[in-house]
Amino acid sequence: MNISLTINGEPVTADVEPRLLLAHFLRDHRRLTGTHVGCDTSQCGACTIHFNGKAIKSCTMLAVQADGGEVCTIEQLAQGRLLNPLQQAFQDEHGLQCGFCTPGMVMTIAELESRGEPMTDAEIREALEGNRCRCTGYQNIVKAARKVIPEPVGYRGEASA
Amino acid sequence: MIPSQFDYIAAQSVEQATRLLEQTQGAKILAGGMSLLPAVKARLNEPGLLIDIGKLDELVGVSTGWLGRLKIGAMSTHVSLIDHPDLTAQPIFSDAARVIADVQVRNRGTIGGSLSYADPAADWPAVFLALEGEVLLRSHKKKRKVKAEDFFISMMTSAVASNELLTEVAFSLDSKRAGNAYIKHRQPASGLALAGAAVNLVVDKKQRIEKINMGVSGVNAMPFLARSLSEKLQGGVLPSEDALQKLCAQVDECDPLEDLHGGADYRRALLANAASRSITLAYQRATAA
Amino acid sequence: MSEAGKAKMGQPMNRLEDPKLVTGNGCYVDDIKRDGMLHLDFLRSPYAHADILSIDTDAALALPGVVAIYTGADLADKLGPVPSFSVPGNFFNTPDMHMLALDKVRFVGEMVVAVVASDRYIARDARELIKVNYKPLPAVTDIEKALLDDAPLVHESMGSNRAFMIPIGDAEGAAKALEGADVVVKERLINQRVIPNPMETRGVVAEYSPWDNELTAWISTQAPQNLRRDFAKFLDHPDAKLRVIAPDVGGGFGPKGAVYPDELMTVYVARELARPVKWIEERQESMMATTHARGQVYDVEMGVNRDGSIQGLRIHMLAHMGAHYGANTPVTAMVTAACITGAYKIPHAVLNAESVFTHTTCIDAYRGFGRTESSYLIERMVNRLAQEIDMDPVELRHKNFIQPDEFPYITPMNNTYDDGHYEVSMSRALEMADYDALREQQRVFRAKGRYVGIGVSSHVWRASFRMPDTHGTDNWCIGGWEKSTVTVSDNGGVTVTIGTCSMGQGIATATAQVVADVLSIDTDNIKIVEKDTFAAPFGNGSMGSRSMVTGGSATLLAAKKARAKILRLAAHLLDSDDDELELKGGCVLVVGQPEKSVSLFDIARLSLRGQEEQPLNEEPTIEESAVYEIPKFAPEFATHTAAWGTHLCLVEVQPATGKIDILRYIAVDDVGRAINPKICAGQIHGGVAQGLGQALMEEAVYDDDGQLLTSSFLDYCTPKATDMPWLEVDFTETPNPTNALGVRGVGESGTCGASPVLVNAVVDALSPLGVTHIDMPLKPEKVWKAIQQAQGDVQEASRHSQKTPRDSQQAQPRPQQEQHA
Repeated sequence: MNISLTINGEPVTADVEPRLLLAHFLRDHRRLTGTHVGCDTSQCGACTIHFNGKAIKSCTMLAVQADGGEVCTIEQLAQGRLLNPLQQAFQDEHGLQCGFCTPGMVMTIAELESRGEPMTDAEIREALEGNRCRCTGYQNIVKAARKVIPEPVGYRGEASA
Repeated sequence: MIPSQFDYIAAQSVEQATRLLEQTQGAKILAGGMSLLPAVKARLNEPGLLIDIGKLDELVGVSTGWLGRLKIGAMSTHVSLIDHPDLTAQPIFSDAARVIADVQVRNRGTIGGSLSYADPAADWPAVFLALEGEVLLRSHKKKRKVKAEDFFISMMTSAVASNELLTEVAFSLDSKRAGNAYIKHRQPASGLALAGAAVNLVVDKKQRIEKINMGVSGVNAMPFLARSLSEKLQGGVLPSEDALQKLCAQVDECDPLEDLHGGADYRRALLANAASRSITLAYQRATAA
Repeated sequence: MSEAGKAKMGQPMNRLEDPKLVTGNGCYVDDIKRDGMLHLDFLRSPYAHADILSIDTDAALALPGVVAIYTGADLADKLGPVPSFSVPGNFFNTPDMHMLALDKVRFVGEMVVAVVASDRYIARDARELIKVNYKPLPAVTDIEKALLDDAPLVHESMGSNRAFMIPIGDAEGAAKALEGADVVVKERLINQRVIPNPMETRGVVAEYSPWDNELTAWISTQAPQNLRRDFAKFLDHPDAKLRVIAPDVGGGFGPKGAVYPDELMTVYVARELARPVKWIEERQESMMATTHARGQVYDVEMGVNRDGSIQGLRIHMLAHMGAHYGANTPVTAMVTAACITGAYKIPHAVLNAESVFTHTTCIDAYRGFGRTESSYLIERMVNRLAQEIDMDPVELRHKNFIQPDEFPYITPMNNTYDDGHYEVSMSRALEMADYDALREQQRVFRAKGRYVGIGVSSHVWRASFRMPDTHGTDNWCIGGWEKSTVTVSDNGGVTVTIGTCSMGQGIATATAQVVADVLSIDTDNIKIVEKDTFAAPFGNGSMGSRSMVTGGSATLLAAKKARAKILRLAAHLLDSDDDELELKGGCVLVVGQPEKSVSLFDIARLSLRGQEEQPLNEEPTIEESAVYEIPKFAPEFATHTAAWGTHLCLVEVQPATGKIDILRYIAVDDVGRAINPKICAGQIHGGVAQGLGQALMEEAVYDDDGQLLTSSFLDYCTPKATDMPWLEVDFTETPNPTNALGVRGVGESGTCGASPVLVNAVVDALSPLGVTHIDMPLKPEKVWKAIQQAQGDVQEASRHSQKTPRDSQQAQPRPQQEQHA
């Protein structure tokens, strides 16, 4: 089947099997290997990308479903050779260790950031329900997210307790 | 996990979707895919044709009509129903949508998909029952309505026939002195409901419960209405916390599933907790209205 | 970009690994694509125990795109058994495991058929077409049932499922001590089987060049050098022509330190077909095929006198082996024994360990390996004793700690702790918690009927290890050493070659900090070479928190040697004496005469010139190596580098649901020396998360037929962000006197502390109900049931006392709490 979509701002056309998962299309066909596959049951979130501006799990989407749409992967976030503020926050706060869950984490938090709404630390943690990490214990990931997501007025977060 | 081969078409209209459903053996509707695709990946489900209705904008959105009539398009995503401006009078929608799975699933999963899939541990079925909703099912030549109380047939089986597409969910909701809520206890691994209580109630001027419906998720092999509880609560004010807890611990319709995440007694206990809290919250909302 | 001047030991500098990883430019094994690459898929047994009657691969072979299919019969006379733990003399009765099952399968997930195809989708389709005819046999997965006379045997040739029995310690002394103690507490403790589940599953890309006979394998592993030894032997391939590379590894935690049949198979097929071959494990596959962990049951007796002095300890332990041995499986018992007496002076102790085969995935190393098991046992029992004699658990610990002047201390298990300062971390944790205020807060909450508990754990563990040749497969050479080579070349760039293996712990950054500090340079021009056996052939990988202890110490020594040579060359260039020189900012200066200086560039250039231009007795090149080995402590089976910590937590239990809220969590661990405090804290966070995961939610469950019921994240629950409390982390740094860096290792401290502290806290919370123990995982249902039972017991006792008032004084229940159900 022929599909046409935009990936990281570039128009792309391809001929793919209907059953090809979007994650495999990005990784194997487009060689965008920053998006990872970590589980079989759509839970770990390592495959999270943006589709039409929203964070979704690319392992639970077919490439053909993305026809006509806009895909953004982790590879688009860096600003030239510089990390974007969220990525820089991850480095500054030591929010990654092995790095395997990291692209998915960053993409989910990037959507939260784009909403522009204040969130408490508990709400940030809730919002990471679909992203699993085995290395960091999440604390520094929340600290990194905290740097780009505004706090509610008068709020005192976990770190200041 | 790699699916077996299938054909795929992105339907351009409801008419095309239903026609293909009618004419093609082994055809299945693909909505958000949040339930169907994991099954297809595991080869637990091997459709011959997937009919993607993701581009049918006419199936998206919320519309309100006279006398509390509410229609939600089947392809409305869970996230779109959180804090929807037309649903502010019915907080149960936000309550439920907020606790479905996770951010990524809420961005793709749909209310129509959730109802059709009829997972006993999903959240919308309990809400649908509590609000006494009605779905519109379309096949190639016909359409019919099915009420919530007739919609769930058995485990993972709804009234949607293999040649039918669920296009909208409708509700007739009171707004005066009405309140609703959904509270759920999650199965910690999957995030699905171990026990969830969706409550819709109306009080009279003396704050006595005129009508109450509670839909339950996660406990039985099917979502169900706790009619016995409704009968006990109807006509009186909200019981004391202790009394309410005791009532909620004795829901006659409970016939709990048992698995390594919860035995029967525990699911009953979780339901008692979720139900008493959900009823209390719905009542507070109704009496504040 | 490095932060100029900040690259010193002790600085919390940002990691050098991060920019690549956070932008999605890491290279994990599934990111590797080679021209003409084929894909391998395995058909694995759906039965825990079955005879294989026949295998029909015709339909699969006929599928276009399928290149080859292998069964056990195809390989029977070509390849030997999979390398696994072994000792001379076969003391541990090692039964063989074939790479592909021959006539019998012994656990769900055992490999039966290998399919090779042009892409992974076709390989999967082909796999689905293979028909295997099994005759299911009775299976046993319960460790006690496996020891019954009528239990189905996992290995008939052994005649028993008991793999071996080992008594460790002093049986007679322990018996006398228990007889003489004022109070003896008996408890049965379960350290349940868990599945490590790193976020990246395992995988291999292998490639063979027939014209130079070079075989290359990229593997998500913790120990590329060990694998090379195993592969070379197993495949009968010259090891100089065999290259193993660990690319970016998405978490290891122990299981990726073993050698696996699927990895061997992939490399074998690449050589056979002379085509690159990829195999990537799926998650469900991983839960069955990658080694599990823990899986021990203990019957414990511990004696204490009323004054709080612990008298003796006797343990009978059953340890799951699984159906086969992995690389480390049998030593779990010994490693558990090593620290079983914890931080305490326990005069007499004995551990009888029975290791048992069952029809399950094999048990092997996982973060804490043996030390998490021992910490859990001793810290739980000490709290149990405290509850029994109504003494504050902190006070009981104070009374029994081994004191600093009592080291080196030989435990009753014949193991030596080199040193320990337990009071230091304990007092810091108590201070951070404001312990007395916490206890007061608990009294207030209890009076209101709330179940609030405080848990303490003073875990002792051993980082890094040195074992005699009884570790790993017989191809491993786990001496406790590492070698590091520091090279200054070309324009003054520095390359550091180490034998440890980064998998997220920040080894590259910490190593660079050591070198940058010694040579007074930035990290911009430091390259860490690791994880590639062509470039870094010598080493033992990363496991057991050994990397900075051994590799870091070796790097320090090598860097100092390089520094000395740099100074000698500089002295030559500056016509000065070495001792008048200092290194600063990539230059060598004459002290007090900063205008007299030479850069590392100039020195590097000199080092590459001909012999005649070098100073006397110097050879060209600056390439300095050093080996650091952990000193051996008698008696045997000693490891080294004692480490310790105190964790403390405050919990509230919700009686209506059994859910546990962790209100505070404090972790104070002694790491000897924090090379990078930010990285050290991250290690504690991750270790605590895994420890809490085991304490609260993780459990690998088999049914009676041997089916693994928890084979996906739908059923196997690892902690999410909402499950983790905010961790208050601090370190004490008591330099380790026996390694060059003074470090103690940090990776496993979190796991050692977290599970006992959490269980201790919950038991403390429910102690007013008479609860004395609940086994992990403390799933809400289990806690709820314990509360229901305890409340029922209390009510029963109360009713009894009401009926028979004369007896009521003896039957006095603990004070009943006001309960809102």
